[in-house]
Amino acid sequence: MTLNTAPTPSAVRHLAPAAHTKRRKGSSPYPYWFYLPAAVIYTALFLVPTFASFFFSFTRWNLTEFTFIGLDNFVQFFQEPALLKGLTNTFIYGLVTSSLKVVLGMLLAVLLTSRIIARGYLRSVIFFPVLLSSIGVGIVFTVLMDPRNGMINEALATVGLKGPAWLTDPAWALLSVALVDVWKGVGLATVIYIAGIVSIPQEYFEAAKMDGATSIKSFFNITLPLARPATATVIILSLIGGLRSFDLIWAMTKGGPGFTSDVIASVIYKQYQAGFYGLSTAGNVVLFLIVTAIILPLSTFLNRKEVEQ
Amino acid sequence: MITAVRRYAVGILAIAVTVVVFIVPLLFMVLTAVKDRKEAAKLEFTWPTNFQFVENFTQVLSARKFMLVTAFINSTILTVASVTILVVLAAMVAWVLQRRRSRWNGVANFLILSGLIIPPAIVPTIWVLQSIGLFKTLPGLILIEVAFGLSFCVMLFRAFIASIPKELDEAAVIDGCGPVRLFFRVIFPLLRSVIVTVIVVQSVAIFNDFQHPLYFLPGDANATVQLTLFNFQSQFTTNYNLLFMNILLITIPPFVMYLFFNRQIVAGMTAGAVKG
Repeated sequence: MTLNTAPTPSAVRHLAPAAHTKRRKGSSPYPYWFYLPAAVIYTALFLVPTFASFFFSFTRWNLTEFTFIGLDNFVQFFQEPALLKGLTNTFIYGLVTSSLKVVLGMLLAVLLTSRIIARGYLRSVIFFPVLLSSIGVGIVFTVLMDPRNGMINEALATVGLKGPAWLTDPAWALLSVALVDVWKGVGLATVIYIAGIVSIPQEYFEAAKMDGATSIKSFFNITLPLARPATATVIILSLIGGLRSFDLIWAMTKGGPGFTSDVIASVIYKQYQAGFYGLSTAGNVVLFLIVTAIILPLSTFLNRKEVEQ
Repeated sequence: MITAVRRYAVGILAIAVTVVVFIVPLLFMVLTAVKDRKEAAKLEFTWPTNFQFVENFTQVLSARKFMLVTAFINSTILTVASVTILVVLAAMVAWVLQRRRSRWNGVANFLILSGLIIPPAIVPTIWVLQSIGLFKTLPGLILIEVAFGLSFCVMLFRAFIASIPKELDEAAVIDGCGPVRLFFRVIFPLLRSVIVTVIVVQSVAIFNDFQHPLYFLPGDANATVQLTLFNFQSQFTTNYNLLFMNILLITIPPFVMYLFFNRQIVAGMTAGAVKG
């Protein structure tokens, strides 16, 4: 939120009267109607549905008529095991993907900013999956994770390990999708961390080296604290993405086996398909509350130091 | 001397790991796409004995009455139209927001952040679309993509506009420029580099979008490429070569984008992210 604090205030004040006489009365070179087209689209297709969702989540609804049923939808959401599973899975998925992205992204960024060969190649190849379609990635990994003749388990077998049944094992299904999500998304975390690490002045590392600090020490005492804005960004971004995640889960397991890998977003879709519009909307409200309840305090906490500067 | 050895050792180790983790799955996709049906069904990472690129290619394109061709046309229209609208509208908002300080700024900033964080409410959005007659239409989906992409684009533009000196506006105003001319003739051309960034980042995102077409544009007639791929998945369970050829084809546009605009994509994604 860097508002322009360019050295212009005095200059503008000098110019303002002169410019003002030239202008017609009351018209600014920055008219408010520039907001209008964007505001109309944004209001109609984002704000109105968001507010309406709070209302319709208390109803039984078929898009044309509704009956008010109070908190029934929410009660159902927290009582029915299939729906409750989606709720807990959302937390697990968000936590697993974002923590793995933070750790792996940081390590890869440190590696890619150190002096090793083939940095350009490594960076491109790690980032490329970010641009792939989730559906395509999902299908490819569904095949690779095939429990019987998938490549991953065959590779594990050659070194004497017995791989899990991945997507068909209820205990592994959600985790498998989360791992693919990390595979696809770690490149973004890495480039964000690289931007953060590159902006740390090199003198700090040199001074630390003079004082005899090992590279591990300077990582924990220089890189980690000074890359804090990057960490904040990676955590917030991957949590927002992880909690709302739908595409990859839908392409790989459709919430299965049973409903063991359902998340809220897939529950919303299933209820919508089944025609329970009120319940589906209640799912949206629950997701909204979860995301804001986690992201808002977290981002104030993570960005605290930046504000103090 | 030791550092040089380490440089190579760590580098080679990293290359080996990335080849296994990233290159092999991608190569597996390409190889399976050019195999014949029997060989592809084995799901093995082998060199195809029987190259079938052309045959698989034509078969995928002609499947279900050239569905994939229709889908590519639809996706292209969707991407081009929504990115064009996004660029113009977001730049207009960002410019006024950055230049003019008023009580609206707080509201606008709040709304932009909300747009980044809040998951869109699906069924109520369908309800709105239906009541204005745009549900299950391409224009409706275009407006949806615009609405959901605005926040991110405004943020990118605003950060960039902050670096354009305000004196430029003043000079243009003194020369008698009205707001519309000032924006479209003076400011807009100066935004070129950030416009390129917005275009590539957003077009990859919209081209790859699956969830919104699934909800707001169902039906075979106006399927997008991601939807078509998803439907092929259940249809082609025995034809892995065709399924993977489909994946390969829809991977090409983002790949070409990445080849040419590597720097802008990375810059856009990290800049937008860091500001958030």
